[in-house]
Amino acid sequence: MSRPRSQAEYLARLVPPSVAGLRRRSLLAGAAGSGALLGTGLLAGCGGDDSGGSGSKTVSLGSNQSDPKPKEVIAKVVDGFQTSSGLQVSVNTVDHNTYQENINNYLQGKPDDVFMWFAGYRMRFFAGRGLAGDLSDVWGKLSGMSDAFKKASTGDDGKQYLVPSSYYPWALFYRKSVWQQNGYQVPKTLDELTALSAEMKKDGLVPIAFADKDGWPAMGTFDILNLRINGYQFHVDLMAGKEAWTSDKVKKVFDTWRGLLPLHQPDSLGRTWQEAAQSLQQKKSGMYLLGLFVAQQFNNDEQDDLDFFTFPEIDPSIGAKALDAPIDGYMMARRPKEEANAKKLLEYVGSKAAADITVKNDPSTLVANGEADTSGYTALQKKAAELVGSATEIAQFLDRDTRPDFASTVMIPALQQFIKDPTDIDGLTNSIENQKKSIFTD
Amino acid sequence: MSDLPLVQADRAVPPPVATTTTGGRGRRLRLLSRTDRVVIALMVLVPLLLVVALVWLPALATVALSATDWDGIGPVSEIEFVGGRNYSDVVNIYPPFVPAVQNNLLWLAALFVVATPFGMFLAVLLDKELRGTRFYQTALYLPVVLSLALIGFVWQLIYSRDQGLLNGVFGSDVDWYGDPDVNIWAVLVAAGWRHVGYIMLLYLAGLKGVDPSLREAAAVDGASETSTFFRVVFPVMRPINIIVLVVTVIESLRAFDLVWVINKGRNGLELISALVTANVVGEASRIGFGSALATIMLVVSLVFITVYLATVMREDRR
Repeated sequence: MSRPRSQAEYLARLVPPSVAGLRRRSLLAGAAGSGALLGTGLLAGCGGDDSGGSGSKTVSLGSNQSDPKPKEVIAKVVDGFQTSSGLQVSVNTVDHNTYQENINNYLQGKPDDVFMWFAGYRMRFFAGRGLAGDLSDVWGKLSGMSDAFKKASTGDDGKQYLVPSSYYPWALFYRKSVWQQNGYQVPKTLDELTALSAEMKKDGLVPIAFADKDGWPAMGTFDILNLRINGYQFHVDLMAGKEAWTSDKVKKVFDTWRGLLPLHQPDSLGRTWQEAAQSLQQKKSGMYLLGLFVAQQFNNDEQDDLDFFTFPEIDPSIGAKALDAPIDGYMMARRPKEEANAKKLLEYVGSKAAADITVKNDPSTLVANGEADTSGYTALQKKAAELVGSATEIAQFLDRDTRPDFASTVMIPALQQFIKDPTDIDGLTNSIENQKKSIFTD
Repeated sequence: MSDLPLVQADRAVPPPVATTTTGGRGRRLRLLSRTDRVVIALMVLVPLLLVVALVWLPALATVALSATDWDGIGPVSEIEFVGGRNYSDVVNIYPPFVPAVQNNLLWLAALFVVATPFGMFLAVLLDKELRGTRFYQTALYLPVVLSLALIGFVWQLIYSRDQGLLNGVFGSDVDWYGDPDVNIWAVLVAAGWRHVGYIMLLYLAGLKGVDPSLREAAAVDGASETSTFFRVVFPVMRPINIIVLVVTVIESLRAFDLVWVINKGRNGLELISALVTANVVGEASRIGFGSALATIMLVVSLVFITVYLATVMREDRR
């Protein structure tokens, strides 16, 4: 051999060993691998809590608050509970998205005694399927919770299944400095919003920042237009599959949105909400419809410059009092190991004491307990609390108010399709309605 | 004779006869001691059980579940049978399905027509023993080694509309990931980037195994570089060529990771594998519907498997 032998051997070793068997076995495995995704317990981090069943001094808590800041807040609330009750809490924190994606397996396996979740259809769904514990007696001991929160925590059978802890409203956010400089006024009607947007365009701003790469932010736009045009009850019925997507009411929502699309930031399907929020932060956009968490994209010294207003009125007979304000809270597993301790923990997280700890430590959320000491709120938080307090109805957001399979596999592609091509509303609503009928079968 | 077991470059030398349990009847089996037979039985049984349990059963379960509307909650006894409804829904009322099939085919075509030949071309160049050949090999193979999350991040930095490298350098404002007419090509570039390195390495290993005397003979006969490659080297490399072909088909059928990292396979980046995942895994839990999609994918794969097996078996018989 003229070629250096070592080189050939070196390369021979680089051939992945799997290649030898790649011919048919891997081809099959690749195809069937998608099948193997089924039923596998993906939730490695979620299930097993072996803190000993007999010791009555413990309780476990499944948390989806995986970001450093909220995680720290939860730790402080848990500390407060441990000090006041003398019980030990083992917190099992799982990445937020992973938690959400694996919730079905998690709840059917060995869930923690208490787990975090949110209000809305999905809470009622788990309650209806018997995967969550009845908390009516805990609610009997809670004080400071408004009726709106109680309603949002109630399942289809009239019992409570959730203890709300925090919430945040969706609104149109803007920078005060930009608006003062240009002399903009908060619009009260859709016409005023359109006129304001035209002015902003003249001033070289993108009127409404917009991003929908991840699929869910556009749901906020659909929700608020639907709430303003058709009202809260229609929103609830539409989300529950009781109203037809092909109705004129839904078409009017899309039609109005089509009129507003030119005022939105173009090419939104490739942009993340963080990038859109930064365009607001960098004073390139005039306003942005998003949840209170938009403040995360602003520096500390810019927080006071951030303000918001609720989406203006479209139909005077409907008004502008309803809004999306998703509620986060705690639920109990169907068969908790330590039921008494779990209920004590749930009582505590709904109490004024826990709310006070949260207020002191987390400026990006609002606490559910009305008795909490909110003097620690920032100006933005105070205004947000007032806005939600004055709301006549509170919706939970499209993907929390409807079936998750419908929201993720039908609505996300449909709304993206609409943003891509807003002309064919009839075709779009037909397609949604057909898919809805095949999903909402029971 | 080559020291690469994969490359039987010299077909004149018969490949070593595989020793199988069924190959030698009667007399030969008795030559094996009891221990040997136990060991052989175990070596066959254990992989067989693994394959059945981890590949065949899930695959069959998928096919069975595709005729139900199970949502992943509740006991198996409560599963409701819906016949072929999931399939008719997939074809008739599920808008992402048709783009997904088109994109899978486009993926196959792009890898087959551009990325694979380019990888082979690079392998031929590197086989010329250039200076720094190991550096080039490493550089080209690197994308295959990088973790998926890192690749997604690298390309996000390049393609981001407002903050990305491409638009920054050229001053354009193309929405690389968001525009459904553009993003599939942007992703194909990223996918090709990985695929080229993989094919390059496979092919290079094959080229190193080609008997140099064949080239010398061709050179003595006065053949040019090009005709030496196409008339001598390429035909001799048949086994490697088949592997490269199969790898290309597999890669395009199971293409998934990049689009999932970018936008979960939506808005112009639909792929069947991504649709399966979007429906089955996660909160949606449309297990019946997702299984129908997975079964369709299985059937498509079976077509390729059948073609491949038929070719290989015809080859063996000759």
